[in-house]
Amino acid sequence: MDYLKLASILGAAMAVSFGAIGPALAEGRAVAAAMEAIARQPEAAGTLSRTLFVGLAMIETMAIYCLVIALLLLFANPYVQ
Amino acid sequence: MNASPLLNQVAFTLGPVAVSVPVVVTWGIMAALAVGSGVLTRALHLRASRAQMALELIVTSIDSQIEATVQSDAAPFRVLVGTLFLFVLAANWIAVIPGVEPPTAHLETDAALAATVFVATIGYGIRANGLWGYLRTFAEPSWVMVPLNLVEQITRTLSLMVRLFGNVMSGVFVVGIVLSLAGLLVPIPLMALDLLTGAVQAYIFAILATVFIAAALGENRQKPADTVLKGPV
Repeated sequence: MDYLKLASILGAAMAVSFGAIGPALAEGRAVAAAMEAIARQPEAAGTLSRTLFVGLAMIETMAIYCLVIALLLLFANPYVQ
Repeated sequence: MNASPLLNQVAFTLGPVAVSVPVVVTWGIMAALAVGSGVLTRALHLRASRAQMALELIVTSIDSQIEATVQSDAAPFRVLVGTLFLFVLAANWIAVIPGVEPPTAHLETDAALAATVFVATIGYGIRANGLWGYLRTFAEPSWVMVPLNLVEQITRTLSLMVRLFGNVMSGVFVVGIVLSLAGLLVPIPLMALDLLTGAVQAYIFAILATVFIAAALGENRQKPADTVLKGPV
């Protein structure tokens, strides 16, 4: 098998697997903080959950970037014909 | 697994122009939304029918979200943000119809939506602050921030595009993989999860568009109109 293809597949797998670690930890922390805040102040739940959703989307974007890089490596790799 | 998610199937060719499948689906959704809202708002009554009540519920909840985000009257943003939300929601949920792929699972649709938000942000900012006033907001804390603010305009548009694309496309992708591995009925929980993801992503897209517009407005915002004027007459 071509080494370039092998490297692309390995690169894609590593991009997704390592790229998921950071956002997963960050989302866990964000949700935990939001739940604590809602438990303290249930009347602010609406504002908190809206901010939480937007923040989670921001964090999740990092993981999505890694996914897009992986897909580019697998399907639109300029070095593999 | 042979179909690349970055390529488009051509539905038919219109002279020299190849029309792809997502474009056809997009126009279908647009026609359905336009005709549906046109028919439903044709006969509005003071004593609301069920359909009118549902529409009013949608509009008022969109309005309240916009007002909570912008901290001002929702009227100038209702058309853009509401349309974006409803279109993205319909586009994400169209996967319920068998054989139809969401157009948001292709990069071009998301690029068009993000470009709309980009242009609208600049438009609202110039309308609220004037051209010179809007340009001055780029040097807001100090002139050192100008390159960073310029780069931010581009990166947040890109991330808006890639976020929607990645979420919807990965949902379609995972369902396809599970279907090819496990067969009938197994991907149904994943498809239900896709519906949730689609709704959340539509919400996030609309909220982020509102946040960007609110940031472009700066301090020049209208105060919320009186409840007397807004309530049912």
